[in-house]
Amino acid sequence: MYQTNYHRPSSIQEAVKLMSGAAEGKYLAGGMTLIATMKQRLAAASDLVDLRHIAEMKGITVNGRSVRIGAATTHHEVESSAELKAVCPAVCALASHIGDPHVRHMGTIGGSIANNDPAADYPAAMLALDAKIVTNSREIAAADFFTGLFETALHDGEIITAIAFDAPARAAYQKFPNPASRYAMAGVFVARRDNGDVRVAVTGAGSNGVFRHQGMEAALAGNWSPDAVGNVSVDASDLLTDLHASAAYRANLIKVMTKRAVAAA
Amino acid sequence: MGVEGIGARVARKEDKRFLTGKGRYTDDMSVPGMKYAIFVRSPHAHAKIKSIDATAAKAMPGVIDVLDGKQLTADGIGNLICGWMIHSKDGSPMKMGAWRPLADETVRYVGDAVAVVVADSVNEARDAAEAVIVDYDPLPVVTDPVKALADGQPQLHPEAPNNLIFDWELGDAAATDAAIAAAAHVTEVKILNNRLSPNAMEPRAALGIYDSGDDHYTCYTTSQNPHVARLVMSAFYNVAPENKLRVIAPDVGGGFGSKIYIYPEEIVCLWASKRTGVPVKWTCDRTEAFLTDAHGRDHVSTVKMAFDSSNKITALKVDTIANLGAYMSLFSSCVPTYLYATLLSGQYDIPAIHANVRTVYTNTAPVDAYRGAGRPEATYLLERTMETAARELGLSPAELRRINFIRSFPHQTPVIMNYDAGDYEASLKAAMAAADWDGFTARKAEAERRGMKRGIGMSCYIEACGLAPSSAVGSLGAGVGLWESAEVRVNAVGTIEVMTGSHSHGQGHETTFAQLVADRFGVPIDSVNIVHGDTDKVQMGMGTYGSRSGAVGMSAVVKALDKVEAKAKKIAAHLMEADESDIVIENGELKVAGTDKSVPWFQMALAAYTAHNLPAGMEPGLKEGAFYDPSNFTFPAGCYICEVEVDPDTGQTEIVQFVAADDFGNIINPMIVEGQVHGGLAQGIGQALLEGVHYDPDTGQLLTASYQDYAMPRADNLPSFKVSTSNTPCPNNPLGVKGCGEAGAIGSPPALINAITDAIGNNALTMPATPEKVWAAAHAAN
Ligand SMILES: Cc1cc2nc3c(=O)[nH]c(=O)nc-3n(C[C@H](O)[C@H](O)[C@H](O)COP(=O)(O)OP(=O)(O)OC[C@H]3O[C@@H](n4cnc5c(N)ncnc54)[C@H](O)[C@@H]3O)c2cc1C
Repeated sequence: MYQTNYHRPSSIQEAVKLMSGAAEGKYLAGGMTLIATMKQRLAAASDLVDLRHIAEMKGITVNGRSVRIGAATTHHEVESSAELKAVCPAVCALASHIGDPHVRHMGTIGGSIANNDPAADYPAAMLALDAKIVTNSREIAAADFFTGLFETALHDGEIITAIAFDAPARAAYQKFPNPASRYAMAGVFVARRDNGDVRVAVTGAGSNGVFRHQGMEAALAGNWSPDAVGNVSVDASDLLTDLHASAAYRANLIKVMTKRAVAAA
Repeated sequence: MGVEGIGARVARKEDKRFLTGKGRYTDDMSVPGMKYAIFVRSPHAHAKIKSIDATAAKAMPGVIDVLDGKQLTADGIGNLICGWMIHSKDGSPMKMGAWRPLADETVRYVGDAVAVVVADSVNEARDAAEAVIVDYDPLPVVTDPVKALADGQPQLHPEAPNNLIFDWELGDAAATDAAIAAAAHVTEVKILNNRLSPNAMEPRAALGIYDSGDDHYTCYTTSQNPHVARLVMSAFYNVAPENKLRVIAPDVGGGFGSKIYIYPEEIVCLWASKRTGVPVKWTCDRTEAFLTDAHGRDHVSTVKMAFDSSNKITALKVDTIANLGAYMSLFSSCVPTYLYATLLSGQYDIPAIHANVRTVYTNTAPVDAYRGAGRPEATYLLERTMETAARELGLSPAELRRINFIRSFPHQTPVIMNYDAGDYEASLKAAMAAADWDGFTARKAEAERRGMKRGIGMSCYIEACGLAPSSAVGSLGAGVGLWESAEVRVNAVGTIEVMTGSHSHGQGHETTFAQLVADRFGVPIDSVNIVHGDTDKVQMGMGTYGSRSGAVGMSAVVKALDKVEAKAKKIAAHLMEADESDIVIENGELKVAGTDKSVPWFQMALAAYTAHNLPAGMEPGLKEGAFYDPSNFTFPAGCYICEVEVDPDTGQTEIVQFVAADDFGNIINPMIVEGQVHGGLAQGIGQALLEGVHYDPDTGQLLTASYQDYAMPRADNLPSFKVSTSNTPCPNNPLGVKGCGEAGAIGSPPALINAITDAIGNNALTMPATPEKVWAAAHAAN
């Protein structure tokens, strides 16, 4: 790891100020991605501004069906929140399958979303739940937030402070893990609202990161059942091929995971 | 047996320190003035080094020196060598290309070391390593062993045209071909054995300490055989003569073969310590380990197995191409030859066998022994072929095996080995009963109703352990003898130290070796210490690999114990004025049989050292040594049965049952044996289901250089194993033991692949059986 300076602000303003004064600063949340990258010398932050000790960025609030999760909330806190489980258990279940217990006790929802790993789980949930990504200066619709592989709409120095969404009537996430990393090789989050609106978001498989599958959405809006997925075609040409799986296999997984998610929702 | 003697489930003595973080590994060693080494490694798989400019690096903070291959060559440090000579069938010796500890002209794989930075801290050394400017002239690359043999491919070493190291054969080609021509049925298969990364929990490390006062070197290193390391470093690498070089392998966290070899880093740390005048420590990081630890397996084979009309095997013909990587590692040549082709008879009576093996250089990391070493390759090839044949012949897998089992011993195979004992039917029966083989059809039907494809597969393995009679391996090309040594030192108060040339890096020797002593003298196990891993403390020894510590290492201890016992009885007889032949040792006492006269063990020991009252002419003291050279290999064998369920929608395989029925001969500590089997099974299942090293074929970049991409088995990939043993004692060593360290990794891959191919109804499947491959094969079958 290269030399770095560590800062521990206790408010969002202080964090932003520290960042603006840093040469090549980075926000630090759980460090589960960032520290590993720094140890491999693939990142060289002059300053680390730790976001885990800012009270207003932590915790989960549920008001009716409206949910707000502070960006510095850990995967473990999401996984074990009774209030959240009551309105949207799919998100708790998703969090419970991220990495291992160590990772879940350190990693945060804000860090995961800001990082936008194309195989991460949360981005699929954000897109399918039509979540708002709340920052220190604005609110960004999930649809506009995830802009490419490891790319987001965040400006330099902008902090995700929370994410917010209305819990849908039904939702579920099904993930087929990569045998090595256990990130998603294909993960599908489905959500259906009382008004019949259906969203199907896919992670781990798209060559440009997380995406919604319109064909699945249309089929499921007409017939919310696992059988409806059978005839939908998944175009493999926009999907990833790598060491672990071909695009054709990922296309198959998207169908299977969608089917299973609808059955589970 | 007693509560701590032979056969008892004694809890491992060493676990207290391992589990409480008190283990002392090479990286835990710290000496005054110690500095840190980081290696500059080639980012190219094949390139000429045009120049190395370390000017900027040397000026960086904390940097003591930057050393390169030209300086190493100038100082006369020798090439790394392969210690087992193999001759091609035309009589020519194997083509050993030069492997410099620091490449001075050409780099041949990604990770090849070109320079070393020594600095005050690891971070400063890393910073400076990034600032060393190496100007490379990239050369074309070949990573595939079959392709590497073709004309017009990149050439790795001038000594080896077409990258061919040797073209070797074993067995009778004419008899084999004739039997195939006359056969009622011939099964033909192509077998790939995937390349593996060893992944010991503790990465390699070395600490080189040069003492200019005595012109003496000390090397702490992660070695499975510190004496062999010292021998090779002094005899071949010109680091220092043996009396000026102490090698210490303290606690070592797993080896699986990969820590047998002497690598560039320990040589360079010793040399750099002399050059810089400071102790130099290097600890491998995980990516470096993926790049530079010797890999395992990587065979491409074609097989023909001939049967007569009563389904008896009449011949086996094997053609294998083995990838040895960019350089010949220490024992790389014997793995695909004498540790492989000699086991091709398996548990079967096969009248004619012929194996041809070509070994090849490629722009990949060196390949050498990895848990099982040659025997997993032979077993996988044979047991996949047997399964395929059973399917083709319409026989049950058990029936075909039964028809062909060897049933009388000793049995001379056509490929050197002479099996001394075994009962293959017994293991098969035990495994089938434990697996409820007969209930499989019902279980399959039940799975079908859930939409799952259920399959069952077996594997009957044999291996050769207890390496090995020295004259025999010498005649086959080994550069060393494979005996073992022990010294038993009884202290004046009766406590006992056993110096062994075996080395424990997870096997539990500190417990099992002590059990031998407790059993013999009836002393508490806590009064026995096992000393190993230090060339200054332990007489010459050959180390631990090939499941040899029980059959060879313990046999040496037994020989030394015999001598101690004889002298102890003489002393006791003298003290009690009895006849030596009437003395028995029980519960820590030496007794005169049939009387109530006895001398406590400690009192006899004290008498040996006070020497006030010893038999006339007897030397004082009680310390005896022995060297034991085995008279044969040992032949552990067994039957493994695996049952799987495959999800046809995703190709995901779940192992629902795994049964291992082994014959390890007599057992010293059943709990430790079970642990060895469990670990071996996890590794074998890892190979079959998950693991695989991948290089980019065009650039030679390692694509599986971290756990993000290299899939290791985890607890939830594995079922709860059902293990059992049925033992035929080995007739060729005093304890009747055979060895158990590798069996799990040898027997399990074919059982698993046989089960998956049974489930999906398609025999064409290669390891690792990833979900995508299984899914595709299942669909191709429909
Ligand atoms: C072994 C292992 C297994 C894993 N498995 C999975 C898995 O199965 N699925 C999965 O989805 N993920 C997985 N992860 C990743 C894990 O979820 C991480 O927690 C996550 O990717 C990053 O979150 P973090 O809080 O650790 O962020 P950090 O590593 O601290 O930061 C990541 C990046 O986000 C930025 N950042 C962090 N917080 C904010 C913020 N509030 N506003 C703006 N920028 C911010 C940082 O500057 C940095 O660039 C795994 C990680 C590990 C180590």
